[in-house]
Amino acid sequence: MIDFNDKVIKQFTIATIFWGIIGMLVGVFIAAQLAWPALNFDIPWLTYSRLRPLHTNAVIFAFGGNALIGTSLYVAQRTCQVKLFSNSLASVVFWGYQLVIVGAVLTLPFGYTQSKEYAELIWPLDVLLTVVWVLYAVVYFGTIATRTVKHIYVANWFYAAFIITIALLHIVNNLAIPVNWHLSYPIFSGAVDALTQWWYGHNAVGFFLTAGFLGMMYYFVPKQAGRPVYSYRLSIVHFWALVSTYMWAGPHHLHYTSLPDWAQSLGMVFSLILLAPSWGGMINGMMTLSGAWDKLRSDPIIKMMIVALSFYGMSTFEGPMMSIKTVNALSHYTDWGIGHVHSGALGWVALMTMASMYTLVPRLWGRDGMYSTHLINVHFWIATLGIVLYIASMWIAGVMQGLMWREVDANGSLVYSHVESIEATYPYYVIRVIGGLLFLVGAVIQAYNTWKTIKGHQSATAQSTEVVGAKA
Amino acid sequence: MSKHEKIEKNIGLLGVLVAIVISFSGIIEIVPLMSQASVVEPVEGLEPRNPLELAGQNIYVAEGCYGCHSQQIRPFVDETLRYGHYSLAGESVYDRPHQWGSKRTGPDLARVGGRYSDEWHEIHLIDPRAVVPTSNMPGYPWLADIPVDVEQTVASMKVLKKLGHPYSDEEIANAAASLTDKTQLDALVAYLQDLGTAMPKSYQ
Repeated sequence: MIDFNDKVIKQFTIATIFWGIIGMLVGVFIAAQLAWPALNFDIPWLTYSRLRPLHTNAVIFAFGGNALIGTSLYVAQRTCQVKLFSNSLASVVFWGYQLVIVGAVLTLPFGYTQSKEYAELIWPLDVLLTVVWVLYAVVYFGTIATRTVKHIYVANWFYAAFIITIALLHIVNNLAIPVNWHLSYPIFSGAVDALTQWWYGHNAVGFFLTAGFLGMMYYFVPKQAGRPVYSYRLSIVHFWALVSTYMWAGPHHLHYTSLPDWAQSLGMVFSLILLAPSWGGMINGMMTLSGAWDKLRSDPIIKMMIVALSFYGMSTFEGPMMSIKTVNALSHYTDWGIGHVHSGALGWVALMTMASMYTLVPRLWGRDGMYSTHLINVHFWIATLGIVLYIASMWIAGVMQGLMWREVDANGSLVYSHVESIEATYPYYVIRVIGGLLFLVGAVIQAYNTWKTIKGHQSATAQSTEVVGAKA
Repeated sequence: MSKHEKIEKNIGLLGVLVAIVISFSGIIEIVPLMSQASVVEPVEGLEPRNPLELAGQNIYVAEGCYGCHSQQIRPFVDETLRYGHYSLAGESVYDRPHQWGSKRTGPDLARVGGRYSDEWHEIHLIDPRAVVPTSNMPGYPWLADIPVDVEQTVASMKVLKKLGHPYSDEEIANAAASLTDKTQLDALVAYLQDLGTAMPKSYQ
């Protein structure tokens, strides 16, 4: 028997669930602040503009990051049939990464920020993260390099691309000269800084939230379905197409700005091309269920995975569509962008993570299954309803804002002031809070279910032969 | 596909190939910008921020204003009617980091300078709903109670000078004196009142 290091994987799993709840809680709170501004309480560290970066960093890097590092080290050990390259380094990576997250919690609400979106962490934390990331790469690639099977499984290609690319993006986008222990100025300014930032920002989505989670998908979907990956050929083609295309698409965040037109057009063309490799991944994941479609009825984990892949397909269709300049002219700066991000973040990233955790937890703690299959099903429906409320309200709000801003009367005068578009948005902000709250409740149900599973409890329903969802 | 097997059995090769394919975009999209004159040359009349405005910029960044306010006017009729002449790249060459933003929960601020009185800004920043009853902007009342960080602002000017912002030694030497008795609120208002004012009035 190989002496797999599951201790650190367990730590990452618990951290994923914990930080997920914290990040989503902050998200629900700031969503409520937009609907009811009195909730800012005039307290500096509870103010929306300071907490919003905490929300984005917590859900992307704390929730998503712990899930990616944990699953990548689990998948690498299993698919390479070898123990981790170094247990002590892996432990340093875990605690170092948690230290970066705690650092974010202790700085962002107190106004210590670089104010670069999704790269807000101040320079000392950037340096710490770089060190932790290099150690993570050593553990991960060291494990792959010492594998006892010849072939490197496809999930690892995606994890590898994720680790390499995030290192490059993080370092280049954070090049800065320090003023004191927290303030620094980027070496790039104006339009160059803007494009560097969105080259980073778009590929934080492309490689952190897409390539990394495709790696997760390529292991856990076949595992849970008990079927091999649908097409080996498709995985090769869409891997290289995705990796080489994504990096070009950043300028679509800067359409019609003072970024030169040639860069905008290049970004738009590559964004449109990106639809193909994205859907390659979705098709390969979904079709893995060929011959096992009945599991959609009997296994809520599979159901969650397939819905996650559906949201992936939908948001990677929406993204290229929004990158078309004419569409972007309406959608940019509105809540449509927020809706788009969350269809990917809640629908794809979070649901795929949550489903993978349901697959992983019983295996890590040596249980036959989760404590309650019924609660997984409840989680699935609450989360899905929450996502639908969230993205539908933000779509409507976004299109409405875009149309109100551009409305001119017969004399060529503007019809609406900006604040009238805010007034019209309040009801949708309230619906968004409800959607986010439902999604958070789902995460809490998962935490409870996970706790009971780890404790070794078995619910009555888990032992019954009832097939969930088959009653109708 | 059989040739791909080589890559699937060699993690070093896989890593190198990934590193190569992800590098093209940065080299072709970002590097040329660094030498495109319209992008890196300041527009005529643009000066680096004075010490009070610079202190204000640091506060704008620290409070996270970019989360709800863009500073980038697009070349559309409605935007130029609402906000003034569309933004030029040369107007933001002294912005580190850039503040173009990605979301307009509140309005664009690229040319807000001179549009409202200092007093309006002060009331609005302390209690936005006192002047705009249906606004959902948070209040920032503490700014009026905290003095500007003189030491940090002077250090900021020195670092920015190294990065190419044309501050004279005299300006840096006199900076501390111009910041005495100023609050963070004074600094932020000074920053806002300067935004977009470098362009000739006919363009604003």
